Amino acid sequence: MLKVLLSRLGQAALVMLVVSAVSFVMFRYVGDPVATMSRENASVEEKAELRRSLGLDQPLVVQYGRFLGRTLRGDLGISYRNQRPVTELIAERLPATLELVIVATILSLALGIPLGVLCALKPNGIAARLVQALSLIGISTPTFVTGIVLILVFAVSLGWLPSFGRGQVVDLGWWSTGFLTISGLKSLLLPGITLALYQLTLIMRLVRAEMIDVLSSDYIRFAKARGLPTRYIHFRLALRNALMPVITVTGLQIGSLIAFAIVTETVFQWPGMGLLFIQAVSFVDIPVMAAYLLFVGLLFVLINTVVDILYAVVDPRLRARSA
Amino acid sequence: MKTLAATPGRFIRLGAPISVIVAAIIALILVACALLASWIAPYDPTDLASFELINAELPPAFTADGDSRFLLGTDNQGRDLLSAMLYGARVSIAIGGGAVLLAATLGVTLGLLAGYFGGRVDALIMRVADVILSFPTILLALLVSGIARAIFPGAATAEWAPVILICAIAIHEWVQYARTVRAATMVETAKDYVRAAKVIGLPPRRIMLRHILPNVMSPVLVISTINLAAAVLTEATLSFLGVGMPPTYPSLGTLIRIGNEFVFSGIWWIALFPALALVILVLAVNIVGDWLRDRFNPKLRVKR
Repeated sequence: MLKVLLSRLGQAALVMLVVSAVSFVMFRYVGDPVATMSRENASVEEKAELRRSLGLDQPLVVQYGRFLGRTLRGDLGISYRNQRPVTELIAERLPATLELVIVATILSLALGIPLGVLCALKPNGIAARLVQALSLIGISTPTFVTGIVLILVFAVSLGWLPSFGRGQVVDLGWWSTGFLTISGLKSLLLPGITLALYQLTLIMRLVRAEMIDVLSSDYIRFAKARGLPTRYIHFRLALRNALMPVITVTGLQIGSLIAFAIVTETVFQWPGMGLLFIQAVSFVDIPVMAAYLLFVGLLFVLINTVVDILYAVVDPRLRARSA
Repeated sequence: MKTLAATPGRFIRLGAPISVIVAAIIALILVACALLASWIAPYDPTDLASFELINAELPPAFTADGDSRFLLGTDNQGRDLLSAMLYGARVSIAIGGGAVLLAATLGVTLGLLAGYFGGRVDALIMRVADVILSFPTILLALLVSGIARAIFPGAATAEWAPVILICAIAIHEWVQYARTVRAATMVETAKDYVRAAKVIGLPPRRIMLRHILPNVMSPVLVISTINLAAAVLTEATLSFLGVGMPPTYPSLGTLIRIGNEFVFSGIWWIALFPALALVILVLAVNIVGDWLRDRFNPKLRVKR
C-alpha cells in the first residue's frame, strides 16, 4: 500500500515538475515583456529601468531559482497587463469559476441521471431514441454556439435573463458569491446551462451504459426471479451500483470543466479564471498564462492522484497489479 | 483502404441505415461546396475590391428588408455572408484535415515504435501520452497558440495562424492514434509472419512499414472520421476565442466570433448561419463516423 502511495506521489511530483518547467520557460523565453509593457515611445533608459524592476537583467540560474522559490511561496509574479500580483488576480476570479462549475455539475447530474436511466430501461422507446438523437446533436454543437443561441432566445428576444456578468455579488470574506442575490442567481442560469450541456451528454451516456451492464447481471436476474417489485429492483438495487463510476467520472471531470469554462466565460463575459486566461493569451501576458497553467496542472494532478489512491484503497487487485 | 471508399453504393451494401447514407451525402455536398468555394461563391470575400462598407449588415434576402444580391445577408464589413461562409468552411476543413493528417502521422509512427520495440521506448512514449491525455484538448491548444503568438509577434501571427492551429490541435489528437496502433502492433508483432520476417533478417523499418502498417491501418481510418469532426470543432472554438484565424481570412469560427459582437443589436444572421453550417457539417461527419466505428470495430467504442 505504501509502495502504491509513494509511486503515485512520485508520478504526481514528476508531472508537476514538467508543468513548472514549461511554465518557467514560457515565463522567461517567450516574448519580450518590456516591449509589451512600455509605452510606444519609451526611451532606452525607461526600458532598462523596467527590465531591472522586473528582474529580467539577472543571470538565468538566479531567475530560475527565484521563480521556483516564489512559486512555492505562492507568489506567481505580477501581471504585465494589470500590474497586479497574479495570485491576487486568480484568487479574485476563482469564486466566479467555481460557482459556475458547481451549478453546471449539479444541473448535468440532475438531468443526466434520469435521462440515462430512461434510455437504459426502455432502449427502444420513442423517448430513448429522441434522447439519443439529441445527444448526438449535443456532441456536434460547440459550447459557444449553444451559448449564443441561449443569449439570442432568452436575453435578446425574450429579455428574461441577463446575458453577461455575474449580477450583484455578496462578499463573504474573500469569497464573492452570486448565490445570495436574485440577480446573481439569474445571471448564473444561462452560463450554467451552457456549461452543463457539455457535461450532460457524457453523464447520460455513462449512466445508460452502466445501467444496461448492471441490469443484465446475475443479482438483478435473481431479484426479478424472487418477484421483488420492479421499481425496487431498478432504483434501489441497479441504479445504486450503476452510479459508482458516474460519481468517479463526475469528480474527474471537474478539472476539465474548469478548463472548459474558458469558452462559456468568454461568451457570457463571466469574470472568472477562464476569461482572465483568454485575455492573457491575447495580450501575451506571460505571468498570468504561466500561473494559470501551474494552477490547472496542480488541480488535475491532485484530482487524478487522489482518485488513483482511493481506487487502490478500495480495490486490492489494483494494489497487487501495480506493486 | 478500399473497403472504406465513400461511395453511396458501398454504404448501402454494407447495410448502412438510411440516416447514415443521408448524413454521408450531406457531408460530401458540404465538403464539395467548401472545396469549390472559389468557383461557386457569388463573391470573393478575400478580394478587398469586391465589397463595400455601404452594404454592411444587410439582412438575408428572404427577410422583409433583405437585398436580393446577398442571399444570406452581409457581415459588418459588407461582405456577402454566403461567400464568406463557403470560403470559411474551406479554411475550417483544410485546418481540420491538416490536423488529423499530422496527428495520424505522428501517432501511427510513435504507436508502431512503441508496439514493436516495447520496453523503454514504449514506456517513454506512453508516459508522455498519459500526461497529454490528462489535460483537455482546449487547454493544450490554447497554450500552444499562446506560446506561438508570443514567438511570432504582430502580423506574423496572422500569417502563421493555420500552421499554429494545426499543431495546436494535433498535439492532443495523436495520442489516440498512438494508443490504438500500439495495441494493434503488439498483436501483429507476436504473429508468425512478423517473426518470420525478423528471422530472415529484414530491417525493423521495413517490417514496420511494409508488413505491420497495412494490417493496423483500418482502425486508423475509422478514428480519423470522428477526429476530423473533433478537429473542426476545436479549430472553430479557438477562432471563436480570438486565437485562431484572423478576420481578414476567416474560418467558420471567426465568422461566429464576428457575429457574436452583433447579436445584441438584433443582427442575428452573421453569427447564426455560420454556426448552423458548422453544426450540420460536424453532425453529418459524426453520424458517419459513429456508424463506421460500430461497424468496423465495436471494440473502439469509447464512453464519451
